[in-house]
Order: sequence, then structure tokens, then C-alpha cells
Amino acid sequence: MTRYLSPTDAERPRVRPDSEVDLSVFDGQRERAGAIVARYPEPRSALLPLLHLVQYVEGHVSRAGVAFCADVLDITPAEVSAVATFYTMYKREPVGEHLVSVCTNTLCAALGGDDIYAAVRERLGGIGHEQTAGEPGTPGSLTIEHAECLAACDLAPVLTVNYEFFDRQTVDSALEIIGKLQAGEKPHPTRGAPLTDFRRIELLLAGFFDDPEVGGAAANAGPSADEATLAGARLAEERGWTAPPMPDGGPDRPTEAPDLPGGAS
Amino acid sequence: MSDQPEEYRPDPLTPVLTRRWLLPESWTLRHYTELGGYSALDTALATDPADLVTLVKDSGLRGRGGAGFPTGMKWSFIPQPKPGEEPTEATKDAPQFKPKYLVVNADEGEPGTCKDTPLMMADPHSLIEGCIITSWAIRANFCAIYIRGEIVHAIRRLHYAVKEAYEAGHLGQDIHGTGFDLDIVVHAGAGAYICGEETALLDSLEGRRGQPRLKPPFPATAGLYAAPTVVNNVETIATVPSIVAGGKEWFRTMGRERSPGPKIYSLSGHVERPGQYEAPLGTTLRELLEMAGGMKDGIPLKFWTPGGSSTPLFTDEHLDVPLDFEGAAEAGSMLGTTALMIFNETVSVPWAVMKWTEFYEHESCGKCTPCREGNYWLAGILQRMNAGQGTEEDIDTLLDVCSNVLGRSFCALGDGAVSPITSGIKYFRQEFLDLCSQQQSPAPERVLAGAH
Repeated sequence: MTRYLSPTDAERPRVRPDSEVDLSVFDGQRERAGAIVARYPEPRSALLPLLHLVQYVEGHVSRAGVAFCADVLDITPAEVSAVATFYTMYKREPVGEHLVSVCTNTLCAALGGDDIYAAVRERLGGIGHEQTAGEPGTPGSLTIEHAECLAACDLAPVLTVNYEFFDRQTVDSALEIIGKLQAGEKPHPTRGAPLTDFRRIELLLAGFFDDPEVGGAAANAGPSADEATLAGARLAEERGWTAPPMPDGGPDRPTEAPDLPGGAS
Repeated sequence: MSDQPEEYRPDPLTPVLTRRWLLPESWTLRHYTELGGYSALDTALATDPADLVTLVKDSGLRGRGGAGFPTGMKWSFIPQPKPGEEPTEATKDAPQFKPKYLVVNADEGEPGTCKDTPLMMADPHSLIEGCIITSWAIRANFCAIYIRGEIVHAIRRLHYAVKEAYEAGHLGQDIHGTGFDLDIVVHAGAGAYICGEETALLDSLEGRRGQPRLKPPFPATAGLYAAPTVVNNVETIATVPSIVAGGKEWFRTMGRERSPGPKIYSLSGHVERPGQYEAPLGTTLRELLEMAGGMKDGIPLKFWTPGGSSTPLFTDEHLDVPLDFEGAAEAGSMLGTTALMIFNETVSVPWAVMKWTEFYEHESCGKCTPCREGNYWLAGILQRMNAGQGTEEDIDTLLDVCSNVLGRSFCALGDGAVSPITSGIKYFRQEFLDLCSQQQSPAPERVLAGAH
């Protein structure tokens, strides 16, 4: 673990090959960037949320976005690029107004996910993974991708738009969603908040969950869970099944309550 | 249940973690508190941290993220100063004097796994109360919840719940007047299955590529920022408040001797009523299927996973295997995340195995050669077989490659990747052979692995 805060790290000369990159597009984000860094015991932990912030501004991670993160964290652009290119959610090409992700992992695929993805591709002129129909940034432009398991297998097959769930899809229902998105409409996700767009969701992912841009407090509404997810809880209620009652004595702890310790450390 | 001290049988379903999910707006602090939420926190804060560790150890709680490691034991590995011990010049950098951290693994992504996402969406405060109690027990003042980036509504709910908990004085400075300080940060990932591996998660949380670390050192001594760190799964931590409230004996009235407690079983695929079923550990698929209305449209069961795609497949021979850590292992698989993906007779095993292998090929972080190269070639061979270009020899080649990946990778991704292939061939070899004999066109003169 010498790697962390090692002398070589601290003493390495800071090369800035990207000093000529224009960072002015991020001028309005310095305060947010500072707030992200302040959340963590060590500044570098801010890198993933900072890259989400970059995508909020630009709709992808550009060379300027890389340089901005490097500047905020005082690390090299190469170190930022190494991270940005590792993770699927950081896009190297501009994303459309919406990002449509269709789960094609085994379970969703067996229930129709592969057919849905094929139909969506065909409807959008045969584009493929991480390609965009329409001009990125313009209304109705859509980037599509086939996604790995989206952790909603009891609601399969699923797709997400800007990572909001649309559960139990069919080819027809998916194409209806695509049609509405292209027409500038915002169909309501099955469980999530009212649909916004890809860039604003990136602001949420950067940690600014209650910003008016991402819907404010109202965005937290919606059902507690999908009906299908509740199948077990519902059955238990119908049949009167419960966990064993907790003993009246409460928690199992020493009979003599110890003095309150003064602190955690 | 013969290993129970008495012949007590709990109900077939035992909602503990899921008991609030039916309420409208169950995610709010108001509803959580109405149903007894945050009262376990007061109990915990009045208990010596070391006694809490002992309580969780004695309860028998085992990690719900897949490996089943005893939770209390994991906590007890965190080095703490001895009573009255002060740092000296020689020991000031020793682990016991470093800050301690709690990191919650909410990076749910194992194919088939869908339990933590609904939990955080419907009842995020149970996780937060668990985080506070655990942090007190291990003497941590900073906790990060590393949550998968693609589940934005769960992220939203978790953020709001953390905010509510701060406003109610459950987080921040001098919690409940005890002098204990704790901050929780909700940290969204960026789309990498490998970050569910605990050391890759820590590297990712440090702002690096999510690649596993060589162990030892283990996170308990050198985890986040090289300081002592506990990494636990969402369901594990959310279970802690109920153990504090109900006690170890109560917890052990559910489940089996070595795998006690309730567990969320996630049923998906070809069943009439897929969903989350919280039952005592040791429940069988036959019992769960009965509760879920049986196989969809009555089409018979062919194969299933007991705990996600990384756990070897089961078949209809395994309907009565008790699904707990020992039962699944004795039958040749693993309990994993109790993600039961259920497939009927219409699904081709070589096809399903190919799809899973494509997943592992995509998600291999590339750090170590057996996993990176092995999965590339395994996917290529399976794609060629499924395209009608396979030979019998390919089956041996697949098994040979698997034997060079299993146990030879840094982390469990490589081990998990070969599970569907080796178990698929073990139970359905004839189906692979049939696929090869049905090939549409004659194979190339000398077939090369993965050739297209």
C-alpha cells in the first residue's frame, strides 16, 4: 500500500501537456467541483463524480473535461484519461438528448431483450452500440446501447432511458417509447421520477440530487416498489405470515448497561 | 431443520427487511420511524462497540453479498487500540491509530441479482441505520455507500434518506448526544461490474480504475486510503438494526445453525410471479416455486442459478436443496446472492452460457491474463458453436481453458466466469454435442479456437 501518498507520487513533477486546452466551458462549475472534493477525506476520491459533472456540462468526456478534472485534483490528464476510459458510463462521443439502454444479458434476452434491442436498432436506421440517431444535443436525438444486467430481473425484460427504469417491455412498448422520445415527448418511467435528459441525470450522479435541474424534492416521488417486486411481501400479508416476534426484553446485550463511551476513536 | 435446538418452525416467509415495502412512501423517515426505525440506534449507542461486534458475531449473520463471510468476524478484524493504549513514535502509523472506514457495497450487478436496488428504493433508512450502528461498532467516522450508477432512482432515494437522517440528528456531529460523529457520502459508480469486488471497489472509490488488489493486505488492515476498512453488502448492513433490536436468539429462530436469519430470494425468469421473497435461509426452490405460482404456463423447469450467473447451474434434480451457504455448496454450487434465475425447457443451455460468457468477457477488468484472455477465447468458441461451427473437440477446449482461468485470477470474477460453462457442460453435455452435430456447414479443415 505504499502506492498511496507515496513519496514518488508527491514528488513527481506535474506535467501539463494539455495546458493549451480551453477550460472556460467549466468556469461555472468550479463551485460544484469544490463541493464534490470537500465530501471526501482524500481529494482524488472526487474523480468519478467530477467526471459525471463533466458529462453534465458536455454530454460526454472530452479532452477539455479530462483537463478540467486534472486541474481540479492536481493530477495529470493521463491519470484522468486512464480512469475515464475504464468505465462504461463515461462516453467518449457526444450522447444524444436521451440514452436508451436495453438489457441483453441472459435472463432479459431469454424473455425478449434481444428482440427489443434489434427492433430499436432497426427503428433508428440500423445504428449500433453507443451510436446516435439524430444530432447529439438536439431534441429527440437518441443514443442506444446494449446494457449488462440492470438489477431488475424480476421485471424483465427491462430498458432504461437516462438510467430510469421502463419495466416489463415488449417490442411494441419499446418502439412506442422510442417514438415518443424522438417526437420530443417524455414518457414516464415505470418506477422513477419524471424523465429529464441524459445530461441532467449526470448532475444527479455527481451528487447534486436536489438541484432544481434534476427535479428537486418532487423527483423523489413514485411508488415504493414495483408490484412484481412486492410479490413475496404481498403473499406474506395475505397468508398472515410474519417474522418471529422479537422478545419483549429487546436487544440481546449485557444486563448492566455500560457507561456511554465518549466517542468513536 | 434438525440442527435447530428445538422444533420451532418459522412461517414460510419472514419479512424483516421487506416488511415496510408495502407501505406507500415507505422510503420516508416518517414511515420508517413509525415502524420502530432508529430505535435500535439508541440501543446500539448505549452499548459498548466491542459488545456490538460480539452480538453480531454470536447472531451468526453472514455476508449477503455472495461470499457469506461471518460479518461479526469481519468487524473484529479491524485493529483497535488496546484500553488505554496511546500512540507512540513507533506505533503512531500503526493500523489501530489510523481512521477507520465503513464502505457499503451497493454496486449490484451480478446477473440475476435484484435485491439491493428495491431495498434502497423502498427502505433506504434501514441501510442508513445499519451504517450508523456498524460505524459505531467499528469506530468509524466516515462511511461511503458505493452505489451502482445505473440505478438513479435508488440513488435519489438514498440521497434523500441521508439528508433526512442528518436533519433528524442521526448523522453529523455528536449523534444523539453521545459525542459520536459520522458522515455518510453516497457515491455513484460509473458502470463497471468488477467494482462489486471489494478491493476493486476501494480503488474505484479512491478515484482510480476499478481493478482488484492483491490480498493480503486485506481491507481490514489496509483498505480505503490504506486504513482499516469494513466493506459490507447492502442487505448485510440493513439486517444489523433488526439484530440489535431483536437479539441473537431471535435472529437464530430463522434459518439454519450455520446460516441463520432471513434472506431475500430474488425469483426471476420463467415463473408465474417473479419477485422478492424474504424467507428463512435454507428454503428450497420447490417451496419458493410453490409460493411464486409455479413455472410460467406450466412449462417444465430446465436449469436455474441459485445465486447469480457466477454460481454453478442447478437443474430439476436440485429442487429440494436447502438454499443456504452449506446446502448450496454441498450440492456443488454456491448460495451467492440468492438470485434465482429460472429457465424452462425452451432455453438452450449453450446459448445461455454464451450470453453469460460475453458478459464476463466485457466486464473482465483486464488486470490479469487468465481472466482477460481466457474469457475472450471462451466467448469466441461459444459464439462459433452457437453459430453452427462447433466441433466435439471444442467442448474439451472450453474445459481446458476454464481450468486455466479457475483459481488463477486475482479475484473471483475469473472463477465466476467459468461456473456457467463447466456446470452447463456437466449437466447438459449432450446438448453441446447435439449442437455440434447439427452444424449447418462442414467445419473448416482444422478448426481453430474462436476462429470466425
